[in-house]
Amino acid sequence: MTHEESRETTGPEPHLSPRERERFDECVLPYLDAAYNLARYLLRDGDQAEEAVQEAFLRAIRHFGGFRGADGRAWILSIVRNTCFTQLRRRRSGGAMVEFDEEAHSLEAELSAPEADLARAIASESVHEGLGRLAAEFREALVLRELEGLSYKEIAHVMGVPIGTVMSRLARARKQLLLALGAGAKESV
Amino acid sequence: MASAHVFDRLSAFLDDELDPVASGEVSQHLESCPDCSAALARQRELGENLRRDLEYHRAPDLLRARVMRDLRAAGRRDAVRSRPAAQAWRWLGAAAAVIAVGGGTWIVATLPRERPDAATAREAVSGHIRSLMANHLTDVASTDQHTVKPWFSGRLDFSPPVTDFAAANYPLVGGRLDYLQGRPVAALVYMHRMHVINVFVWPMSDAHEGIAPALTQRGFHVIHGTRAGMAYWVVSDLNAEELAAFAQLLAAPSGKP
Ligand SMILES: [Zn+2]
Repeated sequence: MTHEESRETTGPEPHLSPRERERFDECVLPYLDAAYNLARYLLRDGDQAEEAVQEAFLRAIRHFGGFRGADGRAWILSIVRNTCFTQLRRRRSGGAMVEFDEEAHSLEAELSAPEADLARAIASESVHEGLGRLAAEFREALVLRELEGLSYKEIAHVMGVPIGTVMSRLARARKQLLLALGAGAKESV
Repeated sequence: MASAHVFDRLSAFLDDELDPVASGEVSQHLESCPDCSAALARQRELGENLRRDLEYHRAPDLLRARVMRDLRAAGRRDAVRSRPAAQAWRWLGAAAAVIAVGGGTWIVATLPRERPDAATAREAVSGHIRSLMANHLTDVASTDQHTVKPWFSGRLDFSPPVTDFAAANYPLVGGRLDYLQGRPVAALVYMHRMHVINVFVWPMSDAHEGIAPALTQRGFHVIHGTRAGMAYWVVSDLNAEELAAFAQLLAAPSGKP
């Protein structure tokens, strides 16, 4: 999504004609579960995820007139993830926009050294806990791929990045998750 | 081909997202490199674990209700702008079949889309479909009206009338809570032959008693009625005649129309 991500209270009044509503019900509404699932894994909080998804759907209703594509799922998921990342950035840096840097964002950089040791020590950590230790960008890639079964092209569409970035992000995400689970220490170099 | 080079591609290889040439190179390398083969196996196993162990979080009912409410509101603004209020009831004159029973009039019809009650009907149909797809037809499964009715008290701020119509071949199979019109409602579930009938009930004190907007949507029939201060929305894929017969039972549950 390229439009302004700021407060949605200033946008046009959301309205859908009956024809648009019907199209919305067909192309977008079926992905409410997918939207919530993604938000839930990104924000890691049920209430915040509900709030983000409702906001995203309001945004989607408001901008539905401009949606010409065929892929309603990628479209709504991109709105949901943008809504979530706006929240996450506020959390991370008190509102400043910080670009995600894959190279700098290693698991070790996130964890202090003793925690990193701990992560390796707990070999039996559940995948859920392991996933929670990853940067949101990596969680996102894994959820879209493993739980939604999206192609790299679709994931690229959702994230708004080139396919090559999807490829490297997923590779890193898997490597880091294996590391967090204690199964991939060997590959962590 | 160097191991390091292959190593970075294993993830995309696993996802079958490499072009054929690159994919061929990786396959060839894997045949002779136990390290890369082991790494691929670990990644494959990781994917299986994720798909098996991670919960797929489905949207909670309340969130769904909120989104539906927003959608309804967005449709209403448009409807208000595009159609004078006085025309809202004009479709009544075009209704195909009118059944007058006891205290109420029940109408079944296939009508143009932009009726004022279309949004509610759509919601009722969505609720019906959801109850079938989500494997969540009933919260309380019982054919006994004396079990189902008390179940709702404490869960709702109103008490829906619950009657079993098994004698007329419309047995009650249970009830559940649902959300329509942005509020919790009672959903009574009946069967007729192999067809599920959802009856959504909520209080509607200011309703025109007996006026029953109804329509056919997405292959489902929707019959709407009000009786004794309650709104009833009846949804099923049952044919219109048999559903109308059921509506008659609802309209006169004592059997004495
Ligand atoms: Zn190798």
